[in-house]
Amino acid sequence: MMNKTQVFEVSYNSRLARALRVINIDPILFLGIFLLTAAGLGILYSAGDGSIALVRAQLVRLGLAFFVMVVVAQIPQRQLYLWAPWFFALGIILLILVLTSGDVGKGAQRWLDLYVIKFQPSEMMKLITPMMLAWYLSERPLPPTAKSLLISAVLVIVPTVLIASQPDLGTSILVAAAGFFVVFLAGLRWRVLLGVALAGLAFIPVLWQLMHDYQKQRVLTLLDPESDPLGSGYHIIQSKIAIGSGGIYGKGWLNGTQSQLDFLPERHTDFIFAVFAEEFGMMGAIVLLSLYVFIILRSLYIASRAQDSFGRLLAGSLGLTFFVYLFVNVGMVSGILPVVGVPLPLVSYGGTSMVTLMAGFGMLMSINSNRRLLSR
Amino acid sequence: MAYRAPVGDYSSDSRLFKRRANVAALICVLMIAGLFVRLAKLQIVEYAHFSNLSENNRVRLMALPPNRGLIYDRNGVILAENRPTFHLELIPEQVDDLEATLKGLSEIVSLSARDVSEFRNAMRAHRSFESISLRTRLDDVEVARLAVNRHRFPGMDISARLTRHYPQGESAVHAVGYVGRINEKELETIDQGNYRGTSHIGKTGLEKFYEDELHGTVGHQNVEVNAEGRVLKVVNKVPPIPGNDLFLSLDIELQKVAEAALADRHGSVVAIEPQTGEVLAFASTPMYDPNLFVHGISYAKYKELQTAEGKPLFNRPLFGQYPPGSTLKPFVGLAGLEAGTVSGDEEVNCKGHYLLPGDETRRKYRDWKKEGHGHTDMDDAIEQSCDVYFYELAYRMGIDRIHDFLAKFNFGQKTGIDLYGERRGLLPSRAWKKKAHKTIWYPGETLIAGIGQGYMLTTPLQLAAATATLVNKGVKIQPHFLKSIRLTETAATEIFEPEESRFSLRYPRHWDDMFRAMKKVVHGTWGTARATGWGMKYKMAGKTGTAQVFGIAQDEEYDEETVARKLRDHGLFISFAPYEAPNIAVAVVVDNGEHGSWMAPIARKVIDYHLLGINKKISIGGQADDE
Repeated sequence: MMNKTQVFEVSYNSRLARALRVINIDPILFLGIFLLTAAGLGILYSAGDGSIALVRAQLVRLGLAFFVMVVVAQIPQRQLYLWAPWFFALGIILLILVLTSGDVGKGAQRWLDLYVIKFQPSEMMKLITPMMLAWYLSERPLPPTAKSLLISAVLVIVPTVLIASQPDLGTSILVAAAGFFVVFLAGLRWRVLLGVALAGLAFIPVLWQLMHDYQKQRVLTLLDPESDPLGSGYHIIQSKIAIGSGGIYGKGWLNGTQSQLDFLPERHTDFIFAVFAEEFGMMGAIVLLSLYVFIILRSLYIASRAQDSFGRLLAGSLGLTFFVYLFVNVGMVSGILPVVGVPLPLVSYGGTSMVTLMAGFGMLMSINSNRRLLSR
Repeated sequence: MAYRAPVGDYSSDSRLFKRRANVAALICVLMIAGLFVRLAKLQIVEYAHFSNLSENNRVRLMALPPNRGLIYDRNGVILAENRPTFHLELIPEQVDDLEATLKGLSEIVSLSARDVSEFRNAMRAHRSFESISLRTRLDDVEVARLAVNRHRFPGMDISARLTRHYPQGESAVHAVGYVGRINEKELETIDQGNYRGTSHIGKTGLEKFYEDELHGTVGHQNVEVNAEGRVLKVVNKVPPIPGNDLFLSLDIELQKVAEAALADRHGSVVAIEPQTGEVLAFASTPMYDPNLFVHGISYAKYKELQTAEGKPLFNRPLFGQYPPGSTLKPFVGLAGLEAGTVSGDEEVNCKGHYLLPGDETRRKYRDWKKEGHGHTDMDDAIEQSCDVYFYELAYRMGIDRIHDFLAKFNFGQKTGIDLYGERRGLLPSRAWKKKAHKTIWYPGETLIAGIGQGYMLTTPLQLAAATATLVNKGVKIQPHFLKSIRLTETAATEIFEPEESRFSLRYPRHWDDMFRAMKKVVHGTWGTARATGWGMKYKMAGKTGTAQVFGIAQDEEYDEETVARKLRDHGLFISFAPYEAPNIAVAVVVDNGEHGSWMAPIARKVIDYHLLGINKKISIGGQADDE
């Protein structure tokens, strides 16, 4: 622990770090994110068959996402606290609007056409749901009582169900996880947790009945990819070949045959990890995952040093949600989880989740500066 | 809401959180370690296996597209089939020099710039080992030339594929529709796995509506290929399941009679079997050849079709919305009888115009017959199509009661036919006008509505369906094309069950009263379609109608000679036969056909064929009746 702190101290005193701190940016978290996104651009270049246009488009998005992060980092934590319930109410209304009047894209209603821009309210809920729960629980004695647990459960389930019925399974899992983490960090008792887990297991058959056919298909495909070799089974088969054939050292950048010869579908979006693992092998994967672990641990560190419950709970939940992103994506690409459409955070090509993630990091940084302000 | 300091003991909260955060961090690290285990299994333990698979990714998965289901008419005559055609294909990764190959091939077969640009587009969307079509529909000479020169072009292949063909040509095109290449938009909505290897999809008509039935289920095979990519052997194979065959209620011969009867007019004929709701004929003229669309129509040709006189692509029976004119009178008359507003033998004195009681402007609502029909009862009013009688009836009933009764016949609503995009027409009411025009309903508009003019709009399909409901005495059956589906998997036949609903009249005899009046239209001394009834071997009932395209000022005369064809009135005719036991209901609507009575012979040709099996050649338009 001493060592780590010393490293932090060094970076804290560099000129760049000081400049960053002036605009409420945590230099350490920033470094992790920066390295990860830079690596992401490199993989994207390879996954996109050396298309500069793709990298350029992603750069523009990254620029926007970093900008959003900086802007959010300037919002005082107090403000986030005050806005939480209003944002939550607005988010729920928008989700209902999407269900009743949203645009249907690829057979699912996710987008709300605001004439100027189209956006997915479900994406915002990944941030708003933990904000709301942190707001709610921080005002109450911790660990939470049975009553506040029940209300927390409602606050998590309502947006989750609304999003799942769009249907967007990937996002609803992330929203549920974000909400759950707040409750967990607030000190949810282990025996309650165990009870809920058991009840959840019992609920699986019911859930199965409620799932859309295509969602069932994905789970079945996971168990037996060969059963649907033209559909989603093809993704898993090819992705496993890509990862496995990468071996320990990988085939080298731009040399992944699976990815370069077009065997691997969706290789610049959800399946980009397979491209990376094929070209950089186990060694590369260790480095990449370590970067993620670095970011996650730094987030939890910021959380544990926050000055009040709201900041702690929100920051902790954001960090853990980032972990879920990573785990679900790598899990599905490597064939241990069903294909649910969760991108590899900060690396996959695409704008919406990038902006949400960076806004989340902005919040983390705002919480971090709040501590600094108080302790000054 | 003010910001409150956090509740509770700070340090205990903080300690609790730190414990939790540590547990969470531990779990994260453990789970990520789990991912490493998984990666290690794939990348180290099973490395040899996957590396081998990757090296030998020459076992290729090939989709086997299903054959599209066939479409038959009610007598088993084929309307849509699949014919073998030969195509020139290239497998990009096997072609040494693409530009040279393209140039060389263009010297042997004709390659348009469009062929080449489409090929290049397709190349970007496909894996490089997949064969991509360069030219479709090679003729015999081209196939022979390519076969001889095959050795010069590695990666070139001639494939035989089944393509959709419509042997009836343009006949029934507005019902059957056509297939065309899958476009980007469709690609987003279809199940891409099931369409792998399929290039075409139903675009319009029944081909589109029953796409899911017709398409079938894709099969696949794993094939081993050599270094050049040629298939060495099939490793395993799951055969495709062909699409289901459709049997339609359409009688293609009757359809052709209807189309021939319309001749070069722009119009529609819809014939329905009232007892079943089966559509027997669905003609829309002018027509076009669906085969043009199967292989991709050229822009110029498409533009030509779009702008051609009469708009052949326009599906008149489904999309065309016309004021029903006097063909609405049997329905309005029935409303009057049923409401007790008039009795069958009550007479109205027709003096050639009608004055709205209490209207100070004394605007004249004119009858089509300037000198008037004299004393007219319901039978006379239908037979001679007296407007003044229906002005009086409508005035007494009011628009809302008329609206409610007509709604029972599905006016202003979709019939539910098995085609996409059906129009609703328009059945006006006080509430509708307030909403749509933000003004009140004027009494004069009720009068006009009583003779089927004004705001009211119907599609030819709606008119035919309403006539069928009339014949059925209130049994409303969803009109439909599909009789049955033959399932390829089980060889079982599924019969289509149309939706059915019914309403009854307080006095069922009013149905027969109205039928009797409508028979007089064709067979009465003064019937507006009496010329059509001459020499008929059966009895037919009907009603003529003329829909004004534009209003004529009160004292203006309507001069057919000087009015351009486009501005002439639409001619309409509804009918059913044989009178004693009707088994066909026909609606004829002709754009700018001027007189409904001129349309009656078209209906007769159709019914003649249906009842007598032959189409007696009777001249159309030679004998004009009065209306």
